[in-house]
Amino acid sequence: MELTVRLFALYRERAGTKEFSLELPVGSTVADLTDAVRLRYPRLAPPDVKIVVAVNADYAEPEDPLKPGDDVCLIPPVSGG
Amino acid sequence: MIELTPQILDPEKFTSAVRRSTNGAIVTFLGTTRDNFEGKGVLTLEYEAFDEMAVKKLEEVRQELMAEFGLDDVAIGHRTGTVAIGEISLVVAVGSPHRKEGFYACHKAVDRIKEVVPIWKKEVYADGSRWVACEDHEFTHEHEAALQGGDG
Repeated sequence: MELTVRLFALYRERAGTKEFSLELPVGSTVADLTDAVRLRYPRLAPPDVKIVVAVNADYAEPEDPLKPGDDVCLIPPVSGG
Repeated sequence: MIELTPQILDPEKFTSAVRRSTNGAIVTFLGTTRDNFEGKGVLTLEYEAFDEMAVKKLEEVRQELMAEFGLDDVAIGHRTGTVAIGEISLVVAVGSPHRKEGFYACHKAVDRIKEVVPIWKKEVYADGSRWVACEDHEFTHEHEAALQGGDG
């Protein structure tokens, strides 16, 4: 399945793009997605730092399954206020 | 009331929104943009938001607080885009029957907002810029060496 991944702030700047698409096997989880993201953009986040993912505008857990059409966003550490 | 806006925030609008004849207190927090970080001059701040999720999370924080502290209303406003030094970047107004719950709720609201709402702040200096709170994302020499090794 093809998923569109959106990036914000630090991740957007490091990747040099606001979004990209990723081809993942059906049944992939959020953890599979972050593995694929790290392969594609090794300089997005250090390997020992967690990449937080939001699916359909809610925080997702690594074991959560993904389905085609999901709105997937990568969330660097937040700093509002 | 929840507002995510590139326009200047007027605190009066938020305090008015939570004013009730049944309340004895309105506690307001204004977050303002500071002109320094660790001795370095900050020229301006840039806020970026994942709009749909930020509004959703702000509303969740609002609902949580109203339920936890038994409040009638909480109003939250957050700026986006470029914010000049000294301007208001965040407004939280809590209407409460008594002051004690109001103070607690307002404090907790600000903490929760900083924790869960997908909004990012970049400090712009004369010689560069920095995304705030992203220190853990800096690459060490060890990381760099590992990446170089991977390339070879």
